[in-house]
Amino acid sequence: MMSVIENTLRIDGQEIPFTPGQTIMDAALAAKLYIPHLCHYPGLSPSGNCRLCIVEIGNRSVAACITPAAASQEIHSNTPELNQARKALTQMLFVEGDHICPSCEKTGNCKLQAMAYYLGLLDDHFPPFYQRREIDASHPDILLDRRRCILCDLCVRASSEVDGKNVFAIAGRGTQAHLIVNSPSGKLVDSPIAKTDLAATICPVGAILIKEQGYQIPIGQRIYDQQTIRETGLQENITKQHDEK
Amino acid sequence: MKNSCQHSSLHLPQEHFLHRLHALQQEFLHISPQAMQQVATEFNLPLSQVAAVVAFYSFFSTQPCGRFHILFSNCTSCGYLSDEQNLMQLLSQQLHATPGQTRADGLVSIDETSCIGLCNQGASLLVNGIPLTHLSPDKIAQIAQRITAHIPTAEWPVEWFEINDTIYQRNLLLTAPLVPYDALQKAIIHGAAETLAIIQQSGLNGRGGAGFNTGQKWQLCREAPGDTHYVVCNADEGEPGTFKDRVLLRDHAEALFEGMSVCAFVIGAKKGFVYLRAEYRYLQSHLQAVLARRRTQGLLGRHILNHLDFHFDIDIVVGAGAYICGEESALIESLEGKPGIPRIRPPFPVTHGYLGQPTVVNNVETLIAAAHIVEHGSGWFNSVGTEKSKGTKILSVSGDCQLPGIYEYPFGVRIQRILDDCGAQNVQAVQIGGPAGKLINVTEFDRTISFEDISTGGSFLVFGQPRDLLTIHRNFAHFFAHESCGFCAPCRVGTQLLKNNLDKIAEGRGTTYDIEELKQLSSLIQHHSHCGLGHTAANHVMDSLQHFPQAFTAHLKQHFTAQFDLDQALKNARQITHRDDAAAHLD
Repeated sequence: MMSVIENTLRIDGQEIPFTPGQTIMDAALAAKLYIPHLCHYPGLSPSGNCRLCIVEIGNRSVAACITPAAASQEIHSNTPELNQARKALTQMLFVEGDHICPSCEKTGNCKLQAMAYYLGLLDDHFPPFYQRREIDASHPDILLDRRRCILCDLCVRASSEVDGKNVFAIAGRGTQAHLIVNSPSGKLVDSPIAKTDLAATICPVGAILIKEQGYQIPIGQRIYDQQTIRETGLQENITKQHDEK
Repeated sequence: MKNSCQHSSLHLPQEHFLHRLHALQQEFLHISPQAMQQVATEFNLPLSQVAAVVAFYSFFSTQPCGRFHILFSNCTSCGYLSDEQNLMQLLSQQLHATPGQTRADGLVSIDETSCIGLCNQGASLLVNGIPLTHLSPDKIAQIAQRITAHIPTAEWPVEWFEINDTIYQRNLLLTAPLVPYDALQKAIIHGAAETLAIIQQSGLNGRGGAGFNTGQKWQLCREAPGDTHYVVCNADEGEPGTFKDRVLLRDHAEALFEGMSVCAFVIGAKKGFVYLRAEYRYLQSHLQAVLARRRTQGLLGRHILNHLDFHFDIDIVVGAGAYICGEESALIESLEGKPGIPRIRPPFPVTHGYLGQPTVVNNVETLIAAAHIVEHGSGWFNSVGTEKSKGTKILSVSGDCQLPGIYEYPFGVRIQRILDDCGAQNVQAVQIGGPAGKLINVTEFDRTISFEDISTGGSFLVFGQPRDLLTIHRNFAHFFAHESCGFCAPCRVGTQLLKNNLDKIAEGRGTTYDIEELKQLSSLIQHHSHCGLGHTAANHVMDSLQHFPQAFTAHLKQHFTAQFDLDQALKNARQITHRDDAAAHLD
């Protein structure tokens, strides 16, 4: 039982337990300690691309979602400097795509928007890129609007790891990086995706939308009208959701 | 270590995936959706993986290139901007072509590419993959004539394609003789454990820049459990300003393969790879010839030097144009036929590398040094250098100096000594380790090349007083924005913002506010990125803000300036409305 006692780390002074094999993010979420994140979803393998969960261990900056928890780690997460950096990263994601919250049907359910609220983001700060990115409206039930994609890779992982369909991938380098569909035409309609798939519903932003249900829940009664992203972030788990089904 | 004795090429199809794509690109001048579908079937891969690979690498295209495909280097040393002349523009004008596009008749396409490692050869380009050096306006005109006349490159003057490298300073590695098989024979006599001890005693650190201890790397890999082990030579020399590996691959391939074989013997590998950058594809046949010779001499293959249990062979895998593949885990991804996106580490390649097996990835120079160390002893090696930096470093010196070329010095050499040797006068700044390295000014020329002071993978760029440093910074920023793999947000977006910000200052739209922006942005990219590319992409800006603030401030406006050109922003609107009258302009 000695090892159980030894398996603790500290985040912002709070001592939390972990089991070997867990990441810092796993341990934090299990202890109901929130570290901001967009590309992480418990139950899917971690990716580490959004970098919002950067924490500091000594003078090292690491992404909590991909860094193994280790005994006696002294971790800093909720600091003014790190939150300022998270804010700037969120602003970067905003200017990279076209995030027009007032006219986006994901508004209120959007994690990027919720993260902006959570971090107190009042403007985009950086000049917008206005990139041209393709829209794929070919599928009868699902719309893919790449202009709103933040390249978090969640749909890619959900499709391959949970749906078992491998519908999505990311192609291209730098700001040319974009979501592609694994079908001969490159269109969603020629892929095996269904609107009940996790890949079709996991999109944190308005890039993958289920058609004909955009305004079923009125603005004001949506997820992040009721809760902060911190609260939802502590509850999420794919295996739990699938069990509930 | 218990490895099965069978040859381990079972994992691979007959031809490497990247080579198959290259063959299609060669034949059809692009890779069509149909071709991608066909390759996906051949290799039993998802179509999306094929498409992702084609989109990732610069040397693959989905639109047809010209029959003469010309890529100008855009490096500060071998780039197309020579003596205020824009050679790419010159050729484009003479051929009525637009850079980045293929001419309507399909004859020619002209574009730029990241440094092609010909920095001591003057302005250079690749024509259908073959390097053409010492460009001048006169030569550009002759090239244009030949292309217009449809004269194949094989009939162009042979001397245009000659590459002569001068080695101005020789030390341990470039003077000591190395007879093929001597080092390997010694390794076998010593046994694997003793050979590893020799490498460890030598104090050899990796020559790629990061400087990890080679003996320790080999030991970790040797001890790591796995079905098989691999040794990979990182010949993806992509740091702008570096060309020493090109020279080593050409003149010291035998020593390189000897070093790889010694490593294989120590770690128990049966298979090795040289990952050669696509820009050096023309070296492949030479390397293959050396490999073939070694096979006939019993230095590769089964029962090497009649040793019962030593079976090892080497394949050459040619990349397809991506700087990021110099990062060892991205290189392994590329070897596995994927986009070169750096992996999550840990686990490290020494335990989980190529195909998940323990893998040593070493730089060309490191492996050559290892061969020499086994041949001549650890004392021969570590008697030279400094306390923490044993042996010598081979530098690629270029830029504003009289004698650009190869220089080998013991570690600890002073910067001023190198500048004196290469005939650099009136020096403003030196960029050591390439754009990802360190920019220093005159007050630091007493510092030394070593792991404890200024470390470099080999790039040594000299900038004289007349150079506009902001132009250099823009060049570097464009390079990183182009080469960012796009995986993580701070690097993908941040390098683009940094580039835009420097462009804005150069266009005369910068204000004091932008200096603070550069600082914030640089720090964010440095601390929050996923891999070394992001960690180092803003170094040059941060160094300059410290040592050469005037490089930026000299261009700033004192009063409020619009972030963008308002009149230019109306261009689309004017096109749509077919208007170009005075009222449709703002100025």
